[in-house]
Amino acid sequence: MLGLEKKDFRLLMIVVVLTMLAPFILNPFPAESALGETFNAGYPDLMQRFVIFGIFAIGFNILFGLTGYLSFGHAAFLGVGSYAAIWMMKLVTLNVIPAIIMGVIFAGIFALAVGYISLRRSGIYFSILTLAFAQMSYALAYSVLTPITGGETGLQIKATDSPLLSNLEPGEIGRANLFGMDMRTSFELGVGDWLFTFNSGYYIAAVFMLISFYIAIRIFRSPFGTMLRAVKSNQTRMYYTGLNARPYTLAAFVISGMYAGLAGGLLVAMDTQAGPERMFWTASGEVVLMTILGGVGTLIGPVLGAGAIKYMENILSKINKDILHEWFAILPDGIEDFLVTIIYPFVGKGWHLTLGLIFMAVVIFLPGGLVEGGQRIARLFGRKKTKGDGEEATQSTPAE
Amino acid sequence: MSKTDLTRRGLLKTGAVAGAGVALPTIFTAQSAAAFTNEPTGGSVTLGFNVPQTGPYADEGADELRAYELAVEHLNGGGDGGMMNTFSSKALQGNGILGKKVEYVTGDTQTKADAARASAKSMIEKDGAIMITGGSSSGVAVAVQALCQEAGVIFMAGLTHSNDTTGKDRKANGFRHFFNSYMSGAALAPVLAGAYGTDRKAYHLTADYNWGYTTEEAVKSSTEAMGWETVAAVKTPLTQTDFSSYIAPVLQSGADTLVLNHYGGNMVNSLTNAVQFGLRDKQVNGKDFQIIVPLYSRLMAKGAGANVAGIFGSTNWHWSLQDEGSKAFVKSFGTKYGFPPSQAAHTTYVQALLYADAVERAGSFNPCAVVEALEGFEFDGMGNGPTLYRADDHQCFKDVLVVKGKENPDSEFDLLEIVEVTPVEQVTYAPDHPQMGGAEATLGSCNPGA
Repeated sequence: MLGLEKKDFRLLMIVVVLTMLAPFILNPFPAESALGETFNAGYPDLMQRFVIFGIFAIGFNILFGLTGYLSFGHAAFLGVGSYAAIWMMKLVTLNVIPAIIMGVIFAGIFALAVGYISLRRSGIYFSILTLAFAQMSYALAYSVLTPITGGETGLQIKATDSPLLSNLEPGEIGRANLFGMDMRTSFELGVGDWLFTFNSGYYIAAVFMLISFYIAIRIFRSPFGTMLRAVKSNQTRMYYTGLNARPYTLAAFVISGMYAGLAGGLLVAMDTQAGPERMFWTASGEVVLMTILGGVGTLIGPVLGAGAIKYMENILSKINKDILHEWFAILPDGIEDFLVTIIYPFVGKGWHLTLGLIFMAVVIFLPGGLVEGGQRIARLFGRKKTKGDGEEATQSTPAE
Repeated sequence: MSKTDLTRRGLLKTGAVAGAGVALPTIFTAQSAAAFTNEPTGGSVTLGFNVPQTGPYADEGADELRAYELAVEHLNGGGDGGMMNTFSSKALQGNGILGKKVEYVTGDTQTKADAARASAKSMIEKDGAIMITGGSSSGVAVAVQALCQEAGVIFMAGLTHSNDTTGKDRKANGFRHFFNSYMSGAALAPVLAGAYGTDRKAYHLTADYNWGYTTEEAVKSSTEAMGWETVAAVKTPLTQTDFSSYIAPVLQSGADTLVLNHYGGNMVNSLTNAVQFGLRDKQVNGKDFQIIVPLYSRLMAKGAGANVAGIFGSTNWHWSLQDEGSKAFVKSFGTKYGFPPSQAAHTTYVQALLYADAVERAGSFNPCAVVEALEGFEFDGMGNGPTLYRADDHQCFKDVLVVKGKENPDSEFDLLEIVEVTPVEQVTYAPDHPQMGGAEATLGSCNPGA
């Protein structure tokens, strides 16, 4: 089906179901309950981030997972895509499709230039070169190119902007839309105490994510993908057999840059603003973390990793002392204070610490990332039961 | 899996179902339309405190959060009431806002626009916050302000000093109590003329980003207006930690005054470097060499230590002020936390109270009603003397403090002394001032969302 093998098709279908039902899956607790107020993640902004950073990580994995080239400057492409998209919206049209296309094109061109130079080296030198390019882009966007990038304060759509193909009234601030549908349109479904939000922007981003995921599967299974894996296993041997690996790696680099551009364009489409922090080296590092946390070289891993990191960044960081006190309010005062003191460093502003610990644990005990964790669980149950239970199948497709 | 039975009937059915599914959202949104975004319906109202908890301004963020917690306590009738007792408007009863108990959620801006917007969005979309406040950087303030305008909630800016927040990037739903670069320049110039004369040659070192530009421009134009000459203005990268290479050329340039348009860690490093180079012991053009820091904060003064002694700068508020409002605030903050509040804590506390008061006076949480109540609002007793929230750009106009590093500080909090309180008339400017985005800058119209 769709040119995929049965196993891959099943994986794709699982991802389709998961993304389409995300509003239900991410809101497992009643809206007004203590757990729901803290742990529910099914609100539009975070759901959009899940899929957008999923795209970013899928693209990064095409380069890192297949060729083994560790780019440490991928956020630059995300940033370039964002800036291209927002200028498209400011100048030409408020429809998100052209903006996203521009984001992909510009990121692709920029990736071609950066890749052409950086791919002359491999290993750590390649990583440092890409890092240098990204930091350079960041510095340019932050100060030198302020007229184009808006500097520190970034770019937004303003009341004074009137795109060519729009009929805004004077003073009206344009909003990103898809043929007239506002990205922020949501409809809420209340079932008992549960509240589920279906947001148009999320579903548009989700469709892009599914297309990206599908393309990634095709790349992984194609002769081109095999060639990329050959680069990873032994590039020198490839050269000795008379094959020039450079066009392949460059193509992979540009494709993965375009994925980043797509993610950048989508970020702007969902939230019409672009700033230079998006290109900072920590943003580049984050996508590396996502990929490794999820499972390098696997299809679904990067998406899981992106989800895990964004969840922690947005949910854990919001747990403050008061919420902790509320949780343990039933316990005697002494124990309550003790528990809060123990847990507090790991939540709220300490979410980085938790992320770091989880990352260390995954790298040490599950070198294959969350996907390997899933496989181990699947194997554990697989011996006793027949294979194919919902949960396990999600993570059953290693690429190698 | 690759077998499909596609029939005409089946296709029609699927099409109809899909069509209905696509049509649904519009139907439902039309029905569920509330009067405005996040209209509080229960017995409580949620405010969103979006402050940097990690990153370079984490200290300021922590102080802001303390102030917000104190404000919530006072609004709900706890504590000693702080500035609610000295505030000229008596609408607040200490029973929450409009009788609803004040609750709050917190978030981490990380001093990044993206993270700040994500955090603010989660407050609006998930926690139902009716107002967002906080922040310690202009980039963040501008980004979050625009978001609140789109979403239809009120934004009460925290510590943001760049002209742009209420200048070219001003928004109808956003309000700033803190002062700005222009005011710093206008307040400093006369004091500098008095202390150092009117024929000085200034050399600017400017942090290479938005706030640096507006501050440099403001200080330059106000000092040039009183007769100073600007010899050079050099941009320094934001990430610079060693400024020796930038300071060495200052003496050769013939300048006798160095203006450091730096904030936070930048200022701590550049000032320390300048003092170590012995600039302040030099004589140029027959005058003592002087250094000026347009925007001071206590945390910066703490970082630079003894180097700040005798150096002029401006600040929004200082805990040593002796008016009733400041005394009440310092007392209740000190009682709760054991040390005096910073200017970041002061401005955020005041913003929270001003918002609550505006809602009380308007009798509604509707953002448009709040905007109306705040526009042109004149108040007193909040530590800065009589203050006006100007309707044209949603900027507070009040006296500005010119301060100087203390020669012999008594404690780590007592590092600055107030030299002069520049009256508000001197720092007032036209809403369409060129430094504020000119005639093009517009607030737009208030957006109640939903």
